[in-house]
Amino acid sequence: MNLSASFRKRLKYFDLSLSLSCRPGKMTVMIGPSGGGKTTVIRMLAGLTAPDAGRVVFGDEVWFDSARNIHLKPQKRRLGYVFQDYSLFPHLNLYDNAAFAAESKKEVDELFELFKISHLKKRKPHMVSGGERQRCAICQALARHPRLLLLDEPFSALDVVTRRGLREELKSLKGKLSCPMIYVTHDIHEALFLADEILPVVDGKIDRGWMQRTITREPGEGVTARGAREPRLSLVY
Amino acid sequence: MDYLALYVTLKLALVTTVVLIVVAAPVAYLLAYTRFPGKSFVEALIYLPMALPPTVIGFYLIIVMGPRGWAGRVWEAATGGSLLFTFLGITIASVIYSIPFAVQPMKAAFSRIDRRLLESAYILGLSKRATFLRVIIPNSASGIAAAAVLVFLHSIGAFGVLLMVGGSIPGETKVASIAIYEAVEMMNYEAAGLIALSFIPISYAFLLLINRFNERANA
Repeated sequence: MNLSASFRKRLKYFDLSLSLSCRPGKMTVMIGPSGGGKTTVIRMLAGLTAPDAGRVVFGDEVWFDSARNIHLKPQKRRLGYVFQDYSLFPHLNLYDNAAFAAESKKEVDELFELFKISHLKKRKPHMVSGGERQRCAICQALARHPRLLLLDEPFSALDVVTRRGLREELKSLKGKLSCPMIYVTHDIHEALFLADEILPVVDGKIDRGWMQRTITREPGEGVTARGAREPRLSLVY
Repeated sequence: MDYLALYVTLKLALVTTVVLIVVAAPVAYLLAYTRFPGKSFVEALIYLPMALPPTVIGFYLIIVMGPRGWAGRVWEAATGGSLLFTFLGITIASVIYSIPFAVQPMKAAFSRIDRRLLESAYILGLSKRATFLRVIIPNSASGIAAAAVLVFLHSIGAFGVLLMVGGSIPGETKVASIAIYEAVEMMNYEAAGLIALSFIPISYAFLLLINRFNERANA
């Protein structure tokens, strides 16, 4: 089923106002400088943050409609959300984390096989590497049979090698999933590698020219969002 | 040695601890996670027993639980008995006297939990109640244990409030601290010394436990 959303929200430094849609089995990558509103968009899709106005429709189900005062709780949306940093439950081992809301234990076993973490089932999250934790977080999200998969910079805290490996695993997984997927990153390589559609978000608006402007800059020139407040994003092309 | 007084003390401390952990957990949750009008006033009211002299608490409990107080009248109408000078009466007094010592550490433990864990639980379909039971409680185990130990220690040391509400009925309301006081009044220092001595290893062991819980919570 298709996801279509449009919303407005007043943020500290700008007004976020954008529309997006995503088709089943396709990955839309939201890219842009840090602090541009990407995570807020994901949170609004998940129901964790309420937009000031707008409408979110999944298939024929209305998840949010400010005009009709509809705001479906995150619990009712049945989605998968892989957070920026590890959001596994520290008191549970990896297997229990993935099986937390799973529909079938057998599928959890299969997902652990697929992500090559079967040998770590009994380990607690603090006893495994960052990459292994994120693999488990993806298993946890998928085990719930999500209708929409949201990934918010899931590999940003990992080293380059692990990140590249996971990126490839995710790409091969993508072909097997039938739900719409939205991936947030500020890494252009990652976006180009994974995306079926790229949605550049700058200061709360969709800025279609941002990719082109960013890629064609002189090497080492770098890009900053709002001066010193933002981390520098250096691109070597 | 007055073993009966020691027994009443330990029984009272145990019952108070169990009751308070169950009652204070949702209160601490509300204080840690929700906003409502007058929250700071409610919170100050919950912590008030910590700042009041025990005899003041005892006085108001006598007023409320006595035969003319609303609680005393309701209880008498329902059971025909009195709340004052009973084990139930001193249990209520002990619970009210120790409530800040249960709520405060639990609120601190709940507040330390990363909000993203709760959001993760909501995304996975858990209601707020299920999130409380399956995520917040297990991840606050050290704080809850510290609260339990604090309440237990505070309860075994209670004196003024219990004396006012319960008097000194052996096997019913006469706790160890009252037994020590009475023994000293009768110049029986040997009996007072024996009961007093029994408190030291218990309190010391529990304080060591609290330190361990705090270390674990801060790790």
